[in-house]
Amino acid sequence: MKPILQVQGLAKRFGAITAVKDVNFDVYPGECVVLAGDNGAGKSTVIKMISGVHLPSEGKIIFDGQDITNSPPETVRNVGIETIYQDLSLADNLDPGLNLYLGREKMKRVFGLPVLDRKAMQADAVEVLKGLGIKVPDPGARVREMSGGQRQSIAIARAIHWEAKLVIMDEPTAALGVPEQREVMALIDRLKQRGVGIILISHNLPDIFAAADRIFVLARGVIGGERRPSETTDEEIVRLMMGATIDT
Amino acid sequence: MSDINNNGFSFVKTLLNAWSWLFLALILAFFEIYAQVETGSTFIFRAYNIQSVAVAASQILLLSLGLTLVVVAGHIDLSIAFTTGLAAVAMALTVRLLGDANGWVVFAVAISVGMLAAVVVGLVNGWLVAYLDVPSFIGTLGTYGIARGVALIVAGGATVSIRSEEVRAFGNGDILGIPVPVVMALVLAGACHYLLTYTKFGIYTYALGANRASVERAGVDVKRHLIKLFVLSALTAGIGGLVYTGRFSAGAANAGEPILLYAVAAVFIGGASLTGGQGTIIGTVIGAIIIAVIQFGLVFSGLPPYWQFVAVGLVIVVAVLVDQSRDKFLGGAK
Repeated sequence: MKPILQVQGLAKRFGAITAVKDVNFDVYPGECVVLAGDNGAGKSTVIKMISGVHLPSEGKIIFDGQDITNSPPETVRNVGIETIYQDLSLADNLDPGLNLYLGREKMKRVFGLPVLDRKAMQADAVEVLKGLGIKVPDPGARVREMSGGQRQSIAIARAIHWEAKLVIMDEPTAALGVPEQREVMALIDRLKQRGVGIILISHNLPDIFAAADRIFVLARGVIGGERRPSETTDEEIVRLMMGATIDT
Repeated sequence: MSDINNNGFSFVKTLLNAWSWLFLALILAFFEIYAQVETGSTFIFRAYNIQSVAVAASQILLLSLGLTLVVVAGHIDLSIAFTTGLAAVAMALTVRLLGDANGWVVFAVAISVGMLAAVVVGLVNGWLVAYLDVPSFIGTLGTYGIARGVALIVAGGATVSIRSEEVRAFGNGDILGIPVPVVMALVLAGACHYLLTYTKFGIYTYALGANRASVERAGVDVKRHLIKLFVLSALTAGIGGLVYTGRFSAGAANAGEPILLYAVAAVFIGGASLTGGQGTIIGTVIGAIIIAVIQFGLVFSGLPPYWQFVAVGLVIVVAVLVDQSRDKFLGGAK
């Protein structure tokens, strides 16, 4: 099997400051790769370069055999990489259907006038969410009225509906209660079963060990180590996050 | 148990959402009872009263329709007061300049010049807010002053009166018995309602008011969207100015200034929120009718007309309180 994403020698400098350098990793279909690291380690910089928000100073990003190193965010999304930020980028005052389709709405014609097909979009949202094991009691309700876990699932449903091959998740459990954290972990498993590659950003050890197939630990802008959860311990990951450099 | 709670909640919710309708019914009932007791005649069921209220509401509505779109997107447009005046003056001056020899041609040119003047203000507003990141409250306060000055300068500080049958007919004629200003307001209200509720443009406007990142992520050019919103706001306000010139056969720089408070009030009475993301055209229409009924009702009742400022001010405060309790008790549900 070939990796869906390859990151080679990635570096980012902001003026004289080097945020990250020499970042190498890859993600296979159906694999969850965790980028672990303390605050300020450079995790966000790395994912912003992949999603096209930041231009890399050095290095290459290859997705599905295609060089996407300097592509803008729209192109990156169109080739199949969906990024779910902490704020989820949901419009709280709209229903799940409209959030699912935001930017690519379904239209119909009434008396020759193009109008939004809200019902069809709601039905699709219910369908996709059902596939994720999430029940929507009221498809017309605003996203604002839903729980943190349900909101997270809508953001993930968007990725699935638009057939993302790689989903980047930035600290998805940060603002959630314990039961909802479990829901999100279950969602990650379902994504993996569908063959979607996942990059999970986290510094929460239970999450890291629950979700990861491989762990890359980032400290002070460089990757300090690559581990499999079965071959490592909490203590070692913490040590790597604190910046101890051990050869991989 | 939770079911009962839910029912109680949805009842309060419905009540809070429909409060503007209830309020309208209440003040209509008040003036009707007052009229019956004091004069033994009816307030509501008199053609003249209905028409007067409708025309007054239309004049408010023309300023508040585009404003509603801007407020839903989380911004405000104060410049509409003098966009109206600028368009009114531009139209009147054009008629005066071209003379009245070629009636309908002059009329068409004058309308176009008036709308153009309004669009310029809208473009400047949009550019300030979208590209220079000026807060809309400050930016449109600036263009409020600039448009006011320009309108006064080109008008020579005076009211520009004109003599044109076509312009007079535009402001005072009727279509199937409905006054032209009312027809204009209804058509534009329908267009804005369609735009806000049934199109992608409307959905992006709501989403923009709730979370700018959500719209950007969706690949929408937010800056262009903002410019379109401010141009629409200027356009409906400008049309308000054209109607003013039609009604009075004169363009005045301060044509919209006394209406600004009412236009803003109509939007917020109609359910919009200063933080953006909510509000509807139907709500704004009800808001404008409420204000027009208060205005006309007080005059009709023989009370000093200055009470209208007090009354409208009170309604604004109530509207804000309702908006807040909605956020507090219902998690901000519509």
